[in-house]
Amino acid sequence: MLNPNGKVLLEVRGLTATVAGVEILKGIDLTVRAGEIHAIMGPNGSGKSTFAKALAGHPAYEVAKGEVRFEGRNLFDMSAEDRARAGLFLGFQYPVEIPGVSNSGFMRLAYNTVQSARGRDELDPLEFDDFVREKMKMLEIDPSFLERSVNEGFSGGEKKRNEILQMAILEPRLAILDETDSGLDIDALRVVAGGVNRLLTPDNACVLVTHYQRLLNYIVPDYVHVMEGGRIIKTGDKSLALELESRGYDWVVDEYKARVKVSA
Amino acid sequence: MSTVLDNLVNRPYQHGFRTEIEAETAPKGLNEETIRLISTKKNEPEWLLEFRLKAYRHWLTMEEPKWPNVKYPKIDFQDIIYYSAPKPKKLKSMDEVDPELLRTFEKLGVPMNERAALAGVAVDVIFDSVSVATTYKKKLADVGIIFCSISEAVRDHPELVRKYMGSVVPPGDNYYAALNSAVFTDGSFCFIPKGVKCPMELSTYFRINTESSGQFERTLIIAEEGASVSYLEGCTAPKFDSNQLHAAVVELVALDNARIKYSTVQNWYAGDEKGVGGIYNFVTKRGLCRGVNSHISWTQVETGSAITWKYPSCVLLGDNSVGEFYSVALTNHHQQADTGTKMVHIGRNTKSTIVSKGISAGQSNNSYRGLVRIGPKAEGARNYSQCDSMLIGSKCGANTFPYIQVQNATAKVEHEATTSKIGEDQLFYFQSRGIGNEEAVSMIINGFCKDVFQQLPMEFAVEATKLLGLKLEGSVG
Repeated sequence: MLNPNGKVLLEVRGLTATVAGVEILKGIDLTVRAGEIHAIMGPNGSGKSTFAKALAGHPAYEVAKGEVRFEGRNLFDMSAEDRARAGLFLGFQYPVEIPGVSNSGFMRLAYNTVQSARGRDELDPLEFDDFVREKMKMLEIDPSFLERSVNEGFSGGEKKRNEILQMAILEPRLAILDETDSGLDIDALRVVAGGVNRLLTPDNACVLVTHYQRLLNYIVPDYVHVMEGGRIIKTGDKSLALELESRGYDWVVDEYKARVKVSA
Repeated sequence: MSTVLDNLVNRPYQHGFRTEIEAETAPKGLNEETIRLISTKKNEPEWLLEFRLKAYRHWLTMEEPKWPNVKYPKIDFQDIIYYSAPKPKKLKSMDEVDPELLRTFEKLGVPMNERAALAGVAVDVIFDSVSVATTYKKKLADVGIIFCSISEAVRDHPELVRKYMGSVVPPGDNYYAALNSAVFTDGSFCFIPKGVKCPMELSTYFRINTESSGQFERTLIIAEEGASVSYLEGCTAPKFDSNQLHAAVVELVALDNARIKYSTVQNWYAGDEKGVGGIYNFVTKRGLCRGVNSHISWTQVETGSAITWKYPSCVLLGDNSVGEFYSVALTNHHQQADTGTKMVHIGRNTKSTIVSKGISAGQSNNSYRGLVRIGPKAEGARNYSQCDSMLIGSKCGANTFPYIQVQNATAKVEHEATTSKIGEDQLFYFQSRGIGNEEAVSMIINGFCKDVFQQLPMEFAVEATKLLGLKLEGSVG
């Protein structure tokens, strides 16, 4: 849904970030407009997940330089919870288990917190139950999810579905999905991707972090970015993903090196 | 201790014992005179004075226990005032109350008209306690239940007190129980006659007399054949007390088919963030399942006190009797808790369940200490114990000391233990869903304590949930 006139939701300029003193992100530029789907691909250790977590505000990632604006606001002036309330959503690669806390209670608290921050009405437990069950139906999720503890004892696929369910409930402006496809068999992948597609509108946007082209058969990106060594080294359309699938990453890296050499 | 005796023997009769009786407060120090003074002041019968003196003489031969995993400076027992007549409330209006305390009431949702009473403001104007108390008392009297202060019980029902007091925790049971037996000043008494199911939760909050229960509290609850009662002790609102040492004794007696449920929420002053001040809570709580099919259940939420040293226990004497212990102990800052239970199986087919949840934050230290003993005649006895610890931050400690003694081969004993930590990743997960750290911790803790909170009476459970969140405020992030 390419729309050059769409509203800019996320603007990243020269972002560098460190983890335990080691620089992982080395200057990232990215613009995401409403209605767009971006895929960030790249080999292991290229900094994809770090980028996702740094945007969401994980305390282990320290932003060194650069600027990120989310709907015009300086993202780094906001706490992680404020970013979520403002409409930034991170779908986790490894969703955390929280024993003893019911999934429904957790989601209701999250929903009501976000609603009240956005100046909207909160839902009481009964209303929320109706609301969440409807979302679950749409996403083909078993009602037993509600009574279980958050992610505890969930299979890999169940955890990812639970992430998409939370996304459906929180109605983010920008969803960053970190390797949502990893660990999913083909049926689960189809369901999860179908859910994401249903949630996308011309007013919101999605950044998919993924290793594989596979997911992009189901969620078709407008842009494909290749990340390597903490930088975005190539941007293309959905055909780039197919090319990466058949040729691997090396040629992109070589091309980038050659380009850097010329400009130097 | 011989110096104490020497002092006693050699002390000149200078203070004038008779005039002391008229005084409001006994002089500092513990000796037989102090005990006689307490007994006289309270118009006690001779047998009770003997009970006290016997306990005192035994106490002199005992030593303070060294085994609990807690550290504190030596207590000078001669520097304590053991008898003091009830003092009028100190504060005249709510304006004089510490704003921090008011903020806490606000957060806990304590009703307006009760805040004054809890804060120690003279409340006769605002809070019509008399009418509430009277209605309450009448309703209980109609079904034959006696619920009053232990002093009133000694006066009005001496035969019951004499029969049961010390029958579960003998005067010489342990150092602090002996001390309590010698000098206790007040506490609660509750008697549920044969076949009566107590129509309401009994709460110390409504315990009619206004006298402050003091630092050596004594509670005695008796459920006769087929009777049942649920008793609530304490309050979630913070309790301040100038007395540093508290050594209470609680005795429960359940006869055939009787059932006693005892719930505690303890939120005494824990000292400041640096660990200065705070109450030492050295308590002996024990229930005796004397009859067949009797059932005693302890539920406790311990959040206060600088030092807690407490093991609510069950002696399962009657065949098929059941003992339960559900506990949440939370320590923060420099608090120390050594708490747990003892389940002593004597009768056949006796069953016990222990669920203990310890939460440590700040630089606190939290130990679970539990004994499961299966006696030689306890055919078919069963115990299940679950001890979970949760750590918040990296400067606190958690320990588990389970003692299991089995003398009957048909017994089944299970013990499970876990330790977990609230980690950065868990908190970040909540944050990424819009939920701040404090709410996240509160939710994780409540999930962790769910098995125990389910045992609390409904209203108490809601308050306890809020209380834990409040106690952990500022400990994360």
